Amino acid sequence: MEWVNVILQGVLVGGLYAMFAAGLSLIFGVMRLVNIAHGDLIVLAAYLALVTTETLGIGPLTALVIVVPVMALIGYALQRLVLNRTLGDDLLPPLLVTFGLSVIIQNGLLELFTADSQKLQAGAIEVATVPLASGVYVGVLPLVQFAVAVAVIAALQFIFYRTPLGRAFRATADDAQVAQLMGLDNRHVFALAMALSLAMVAIAGVFLAVRANFDPSQGPSRLIFGFEAVIIGGLGSLWGTLAGGLILGVAQAIGAHLSPGWQILAGHIAFLIILAVRPEGLFPKVRA
Amino acid sequence: MPEPLLAVRRLDAFYGDIQALFGVGMDVTAGEAVAVIGANGAGKSALLKSIAGLLQAPPAAILFAGEPIGGMPAYAVAARGIALVPEGRGLFASLTVEENLLIGGQLKRPGPWTLPRIYDLFPALAERRRLPSTALSGGQQQMAALGRALMANPRLLLCDELSLGLAPIVVRDIYARLPAILGEGVSVVLVEQDIVQALRAAQRVYCLQEGRVALAGAAKDLTREQIAAAYFGV
Repeated sequence: MEWVNVILQGVLVGGLYAMFAAGLSLIFGVMRLVNIAHGDLIVLAAYLALVTTETLGIGPLTALVIVVPVMALIGYALQRLVLNRTLGDDLLPPLLVTFGLSVIIQNGLLELFTADSQKLQAGAIEVATVPLASGVYVGVLPLVQFAVAVAVIAALQFIFYRTPLGRAFRATADDAQVAQLMGLDNRHVFALAMALSLAMVAIAGVFLAVRANFDPSQGPSRLIFGFEAVIIGGLGSLWGTLAGGLILGVAQAIGAHLSPGWQILAGHIAFLIILAVRPEGLFPKVRA
Repeated sequence: MPEPLLAVRRLDAFYGDIQALFGVGMDVTAGEAVAVIGANGAGKSALLKSIAGLLQAPPAAILFAGEPIGGMPAYAVAARGIALVPEGRGLFASLTVEENLLIGGQLKRPGPWTLPRIYDLFPALAERRRLPSTALSGGQQQMAALGRALMANPRLLLCDELSLGLAPIVVRDIYARLPAILGEGVSVVLVEQDIVQALRAAQRVYCLQEGRVALAGAAKDLTREQIAAAYFGV
């Protein structure tokens, strides 16, 4: 039963990693932009939630109503004003600019909120558990977090493959110049993709902040978890990204159970094994 | 002569540092089919790309319905009712055949062309609507590209080398649909290397040579010798 519990906890945390990864995957898929600031934007969303909950006196989950649209707006503006100017045949300029953005966000947060770690308080739901079987209990909050992660991935899948917006994303990803001939303004399409990505980042950031302590320096490690989940799952496959998050979460949980110091290491080792055995990921969506 | 729908005036166009067009002029009236012929590198595609907004041009060098559109971004040109069937078709590989057609109509410009009408015109596409566009044959891909452009309900349709890489029988099949398209009142500019098809389909012809208009006139009035001279520069 002990191991069932360990794996279950890993799966539930994996949902959060999948949320980190989905936004990253969307942006890379649509505009070939590797967003190095993705992890820092997750932490920014966490701080935004902190300010919202403290100012308005509302709970973290209610704060999503504000944090999600604000982050989406930030994403739209960031893409229109900064990142669109870096896109071209060369992958390096967006990489450098988002790296710079990462440094700016980290130091900005440090300046505003200090290096002290913070946590969002969600109240009774944090300690509530439900029994699944004898000896196996799961927290309500991780369960909610996992359900939200699955819902977010499903929603993204739906948007991508069943709506005109998703069609515009895929067409622009295929051939940005021909997409313009269809009347699609690339700059607007890319900005909408970034807005959607940061809306997901906002959800991930709030759950991150409820689950554990956070501070301004945490972004890069969230970025790594996101990257690993994307690569384990296979580029271009959203359900693969979910699976990638779960595998990473389970590997970390197993590592932590063996020895507390092995948690992060075990995740990285699982990632490296998959990279060595199946470099294209477990569920790659082959692009023509 | 009525005011042209499209008027190109002293257009210079560049691919980077290389000048592709030198003071080109062209008129297209409403409902007319115009062919642009010329050897490889004569500037035919550069002319279409300039009109469609894919190459820079001075605003007043291209007038559409009296409005200067030179140098406008391609999406803004598309919104005004100009659709380009690009050379090599440019279908979206991640989209199904039907999704390719739907994205062509995403501006929702009113007009005669709808999904059912496109399927009437090209029944082969209706049978393959759910397939990825990469699963189509070359001829079917060209039909899909043409259908996608028509879905925008354009006032001016620009076709870049419809015959490229296709068997003659397939080319004839595609050109056989042109009267139905023209019948809906759209103007068409056909850039072609297949001179026979182009002359048969168009009322007027422009022959480009090294970025300049070497010959222009009504298709029925031009002699074989005139065209050969303009085409090859002999």
